[in-house]
Amino acid sequence: MSFLPYALAAWLFFVGLYGIVTSRHLVHLVVCLGVMQSSTYVLLLAIGYRTGKKAPIFTSGVPTKVGAVDPVVQALTLTDVVVSVVASALILALVIEIWKRSGKLCRCSAPPCSAQPAISCPHGSTTSSRLRSRQP
Amino acid sequence: MTVLCVVLIFHSAHGTITYWFGGWHPRNGIAIGISFSVEPLGAGIAALIGALMTAALVQSIDYFEEEVPPHFFVLMLVFLASMIGFALSSDLFNMFVFFELMSTAAFGLTGYRIEHRSVLQGAINFAVVNGIGAFLLLAGIALLYGRTGALNLAQIGQVLSRHGADGLVIVAFGLIVVGLLTKAGAVPFHFWLSDAYAVAPAPVCVLFAGVMSDLGLHAVGRVYWVAFSGVLGNGHADAVRGVLIGVGLLTALVGALMAFVQAGLKRMLAFIVISHVGIFLTAIGLLTARGLAGATVYVVADGLVKGALFCAVGHLARRVGHTDELIAHGRGRSLPLTGTVVALGALGLAILPPFGTFVAYSLVERGAGGLGYHWLPPLLAIATAVTGASVLRAAARIFLGLGPAEDDLLVAAPRGEEADEGMRAAPRRGFLLWGPAVALLVAGLGLGFAPGIAAHAVQHAERFVDRPAVARETLHGAPPAPLPHVHEQIGAAGYAYGAGSAILAVALAWIGLYRRRIPEAFRRAAGATAGPAVQRLKLLHDGVVGEYVTWLTAGAAAITGLLALLTR
Amino acid sequence: MSPRVRLGLFGVSAAVLACLFVWALTGLPQFGAFQGEYGRILNSAAGPERHVTNVVSAVTFDYRGFDTLGEEVLLFTAVMAVALLLREARSGDERRADAVRSDVVRAVGLFAVGPTVVMGLYVAAHGYLTPGGGFQGGVATASGLVLLYAAGRYRAYRAASPKTLIDFAEGTGVGTYVVVGLAGIVVGGSAFLENVVELGVKGTLASGGTIAILNAVSGLAVASACVLIFHEFLEELMTAK
Repeated sequence: MSFLPYALAAWLFFVGLYGIVTSRHLVHLVVCLGVMQSSTYVLLLAIGYRTGKKAPIFTSGVPTKVGAVDPVVQALTLTDVVVSVVASALILALVIEIWKRSGKLCRCSAPPCSAQPAISCPHGSTTSSRLRSRQP
Repeated sequence: MTVLCVVLIFHSAHGTITYWFGGWHPRNGIAIGISFSVEPLGAGIAALIGALMTAALVQSIDYFEEEVPPHFFVLMLVFLASMIGFALSSDLFNMFVFFELMSTAAFGLTGYRIEHRSVLQGAINFAVVNGIGAFLLLAGIALLYGRTGALNLAQIGQVLSRHGADGLVIVAFGLIVVGLLTKAGAVPFHFWLSDAYAVAPAPVCVLFAGVMSDLGLHAVGRVYWVAFSGVLGNGHADAVRGVLIGVGLLTALVGALMAFVQAGLKRMLAFIVISHVGIFLTAIGLLTARGLAGATVYVVADGLVKGALFCAVGHLARRVGHTDELIAHGRGRSLPLTGTVVALGALGLAILPPFGTFVAYSLVERGAGGLGYHWLPPLLAIATAVTGASVLRAAARIFLGLGPAEDDLLVAAPRGEEADEGMRAAPRRGFLLWGPAVALLVAGLGLGFAPGIAAHAVQHAERFVDRPAVARETLHGAPPAPLPHVHEQIGAAGYAYGAGSAILAVALAWIGLYRRRIPEAFRRAAGATAGPAVQRLKLLHDGVVGEYVTWLTAGAAAITGLLALLTR
Repeated sequence: MSPRVRLGLFGVSAAVLACLFVWALTGLPQFGAFQGEYGRILNSAAGPERHVTNVVSAVTFDYRGFDTLGEEVLLFTAVMAVALLLREARSGDERRADAVRSDVVRAVGLFAVGPTVVMGLYVAAHGYLTPGGGFQGGVATASGLVLLYAAGRYRAYRAASPKTLIDFAEGTGVGTYVVVGLAGIVVGGSAFLENVVELGVKGTLASGGTIAILNAVSGLAVASACVLIFHEFLEELMTAK
């Protein structure tokens, strides 16, 4: 019928990925992870859809003949949502911790901030500055 | 738990135990519930998990100086449950749930010492990269569900084998493998691993290093054999083999090289984990029963040895206060027992005959020989030698005080990772700190003396790779296929590689300690060729999560793309 | 790696991956033409076998109930992990005052609390009859409590969600799930999570056997997990100022 639901899943996936790669803000990063995760919801639900069928809830007793869309993908999506909540909660916990330490949420290694001297970076590129300083 | 799992090994030896949760047995060969399939190889890994967890819990009684909040132990137990569930589950989506559960618990444990900056960094990298790996895995599962309408591995295999390998099958396989390899830490998905393992408390590392990474590989083996071998096995096996072995070798060599240039013991061990993940992946990638058997025995033996090493490092950190070999230079002289454990463990890593790791290596060696890949075993032996050499060198510096106390080749551990790991105030009951290390080492090395372990592993692997029989057994309750007769004899070549690797490890450790004694001209030549490459490699591991994700994308594109190109 | 190189590498590999992904998507059945056996069997079997009208909840709490156990433990683990990560001793100078000053926000917020909680409980309770379920209802109920805070009633929020009680509720929710599962082995004499309760009349609240129980305890566990996670974050922010 339409390829758009699948295309939406692919689009969300890659937009989220792009956001993560270029992210300069930790909360932004978490949101991008959420965007990526929503692509899996869309993909799952789109796969289970069947044209002209009902939701898999048979309250009136009859419609077993009409048939319903796939109930399994809906259950899987439910699990997926929980996974997403958990992942965001955990990363946000760390983000709060970083914010408490330094009062900043900017990731200093990303382009616009990298012009700043490394000392002003309270976090982020500690490892890289260490490596560079050890170069002969 | 360990005892239970060992019981499971013997119980499942007669035939796979399939357990349907909720009593929902398959109908007309279609699975409607979730099942665990317990066969000896998976149960062996589960037993390893139990053993390592016991050791880690025992060590953590004395390891922390502060009062440990109960959350820590809760997370450890959830971690235990999720790893065992992941190892035994035969439902693809259920594996995903356990994969996430495992990551979540592991993530909380990694961030235990949250007061240090590097911990925050390592934990965020861990969470983001693993999260993306999980999405790739789930996307693969969704694609497969769209094609087969099934989530049970055996049933997916049945449906897939009726059709040819088209784009969907190949890409789904690629995505699932990439998702699992992200967990395992294969190159180029390994960046998070060294950051995270270096900052987690040592008892937690025992589990991370000993088994969490290897679980991802075990899952690759299972997914390939149970679900994909029917459709990819005939005609496309060479493509899959080529890609898996290629990634495996790259991982083994890069990991070994990076391990050799680390001064911090925990980070060094993290790279050793990566290197050995590469070796296991190569073994699984042979796509033969013997390769699979070798990989499984290797995972168990090597997991015990690596666990012992991390336990010993924990003891060292607690007693000396540092695990950086340059800082702790000579300070470990008062701990001869720990030193011995580390040295023996290093030789175990370097596959010294006749220990457990060697038996497993020889299986892999014969597996490769059987395919005509005679160039493969030497390369793997070099990787084992270099990893063994790194640990030997560090052991010689720390426990014997050999060699100079400074070396500009080595990467020091960042502050916060090692320095304030523990106080000098040694607890009186030191036994709980070193006891687990000794026990794990004895188990890991002693595995080589278990009678007929190689032959048994190959027998069960033979049965495992027979996909149609496994599917009949799972879905229709057919009796298991009889065990084939296998006779395993370690050949002369195996002994040669084992001994060669161990000798090379000692030689390389000596070079690492006394580079200055090598003639100047030779040193300069070596430095000019290898120096820039090593330097660049070091710079890549810089802790920036955006970069890690870029590498992940590149790796996913490369692996899936190569699979697609080679199968067309 | 310079930002430009990184972006270039990412662009190339993402493009390759996107092409491959699209290639894979073309292998899927046409949108709307999915013919999965699994779902069809469950759609026709769930009603007669389990006496529920909402097949999704039958899948969630029965056919694939083990996944849901994993999910519950996952939420529980998240609570544990967040508590472990944010465990630093919080200083006593907590800002007890209410932050919201706007009367409109307070009034609307307070007005919404009641309906939200009732709605959440309704959705949770009728999970196996109508769309919804323990998870959805649990989240809605928890959001009602959080609304109390958002409406500027921090004290009321604290009073409505005593930590020890919620902790207990969380543990009970997850624990009961396991106990019901074990009852399948002990009482039913067969498999973990197998139904052991009278199935009841389809379409009424007393139907579905263990599905009803598991649905309720999941709602409890999810609601308390959400409140606990929110609680940890809130405490952290309150002391950070």
